[in-house]
Amino acid sequence: MERKKTKLSTLFNKTEPNMPAIILTLSAAALLSIIFAIGLGPVSVSPSNVARIILSRVPFLTEYIPKTWTQLEENIVWGLRFPRVLLGMIVGASLSMTGTAMQALVRNHLADPFILGVSSGAAATATLAMLFGVFSFLGTYALSISAFLGAAITIILVYTLSRVRGRLNITQLLLSGVAVSMIMDAITKIITLSAPNALGLHNAAFWMSGTLAGAKWAYLTLPFVTIIICMVILLVNYRALNALLLGDEAAGTLGVNVKRTQKVLILVSSLMAGTTIAVSGTIGFVGLMVPHISRLFIGADHKRVLPVCALLGGILVVWVDVAARMVIAPEELPLGLLTAVFGGPFFIWLLKKNNKE
Amino acid sequence: MRLEVSNLSFAYYDKNIIEDITLNVNKGDFVGIIGPNGSGKSTVLKNLYRALQPDRGYAYLDGEDLYKMSYKKSATKLGVVGQENFVPFDFRVEEIVAMGRSPHKGLFDGDTKEDREIVMRSLEQIGMAGMEKRNYLHLSGGEKQRVILARALAQQTDFLILDEPTNHLDIYYQLQIFDLVKSLGVTVLSAIHDLNIAAMYCNRLYVMKDGHVSRCGTPEEILTPEVIYEIYGIKADVRIHPVTRKPSITFLPESLNSEAEDKLKKEK
Repeated sequence: MERKKTKLSTLFNKTEPNMPAIILTLSAAALLSIIFAIGLGPVSVSPSNVARIILSRVPFLTEYIPKTWTQLEENIVWGLRFPRVLLGMIVGASLSMTGTAMQALVRNHLADPFILGVSSGAAATATLAMLFGVFSFLGTYALSISAFLGAAITIILVYTLSRVRGRLNITQLLLSGVAVSMIMDAITKIITLSAPNALGLHNAAFWMSGTLAGAKWAYLTLPFVTIIICMVILLVNYRALNALLLGDEAAGTLGVNVKRTQKVLILVSSLMAGTTIAVSGTIGFVGLMVPHISRLFIGADHKRVLPVCALLGGILVVWVDVAARMVIAPEELPLGLLTAVFGGPFFIWLLKKNNKE
Repeated sequence: MRLEVSNLSFAYYDKNIIEDITLNVNKGDFVGIIGPNGSGKSTVLKNLYRALQPDRGYAYLDGEDLYKMSYKKSATKLGVVGQENFVPFDFRVEEIVAMGRSPHKGLFDGDTKEDREIVMRSLEQIGMAGMEKRNYLHLSGGEKQRVILARALAQQTDFLILDEPTNHLDIYYQLQIFDLVKSLGVTVLSAIHDLNIAAMYCNRLYVMKDGHVSRCGTPEEILTPEVIYEIYGIKADVRIHPVTRKPSITFLPESLNSEAEDKLKKEK
């Protein structure tokens, strides 16, 4: 009996994912991705120069770093690519966490801000704000706040439409997602085409296909603060999120206030989706793929899924963005098109797999 | 723990599913709810474990209004094994069972050594020690049901609500589960399909028919051929079993010829 017990306890350690090690590895990978990705593009900069340029901006370190780079390289790295790559990290993390939160909300891993039309909803209200100044009384954050409102309205709409007799019907969910996203895309197009200026067409393309090309330092703060706050809220509630995956009824018997938790999830998802889409347009399937891949490695416990999918999502988007600017260089592909090209098949595979189970 | 329910009613889209349900469960009771399919057994239980909110009526747990408690509090008092236990995500068995500890946890509490011991003990109790690392998705229906029971055990409540807990189980596990629940010494309210099981374990029975409580009493009072015919519309032979000393029910299907019935009558 005693021997059996020790055997069990070693087994316990073996199969328990070593979270500190996983997080450390992913963080290192994220850091390396940032440095390498900054260097890659139509004009490439060596990773060592990238690291030096970045370090030279750190107060007190400036004087110790030998200047081995040209001014052009500095402009590209600091002014263009660094904010762009960081935005990629933030957008990837944000979309992945939004996906995770929405999947807990609808209790299905086919949920994603893009598939359920949330991105389109956010884009529609954002275009409204941008071209007609509808929400201009909100100041600098008008775009983000209007995108948040669009996201929130769409989530609530799709969620209510797909509940049949108090139960979430998955066919209903996917179909209402498709319908709502078509409506919202159409609205975006109508708004941009009837826009008073020529910028309209260009912007419509931006919202519909998603790109990080316009990244500026000023774009980073709001989405970054948002994902940190939302991550904390989600992590604090990880037990409730786990319980929700067992179903509303079971979650209630485990002490979860289901209605309140669902409201929190809707709020958090809309906040992240809104602030992200305001700066990057609609980038699809990241929120679908990353949480699923994370779960394959570490199981479904949200305490582990959330940090892992945030890092993994960031890394993925950074590298897809590298591809977006390399594939047809010096021209650029919209990032959203690339994620759709391999995200779509992934979705179909998940759908097939779901049917089998 | 004592549960008092009075005049509980619940309607779906203006159609009353259950009406004026009044029932009592005293401390240490093992109370069964029996009745045909669709008679409202599950709906009563769902209203009691707060998956549904009743339209009218009251439920008091030790004198405290159940519907005014926080969900967290009611979850430390009531453990529940519901009917639907489909989980579309990859969880390990121990993770599911550990969720039974949630109601005892504050916002920033981690899992303690004690929690893990409780989880392991619960798994041992349902005969699944050593399977804690298995993927819940890959278990058989019966194993899933037992894991959900282990989760309710990990909640360490004095009161268990069970909705046909042995639905998917073979007779070995049916007896094992009910023996286990009985041995815990907690108060139990359970919907039970199998009348022989109900006779064996319950000390009181409520009979549901068409959304109403039609009768209540001890198994000996309830499980008579007359009442069984009244509830299910089938003939049955009931005897006190010499070993269990409980009513033992044999159903007599229509296809059985009337000779057999005459034989029975003569015997009596």
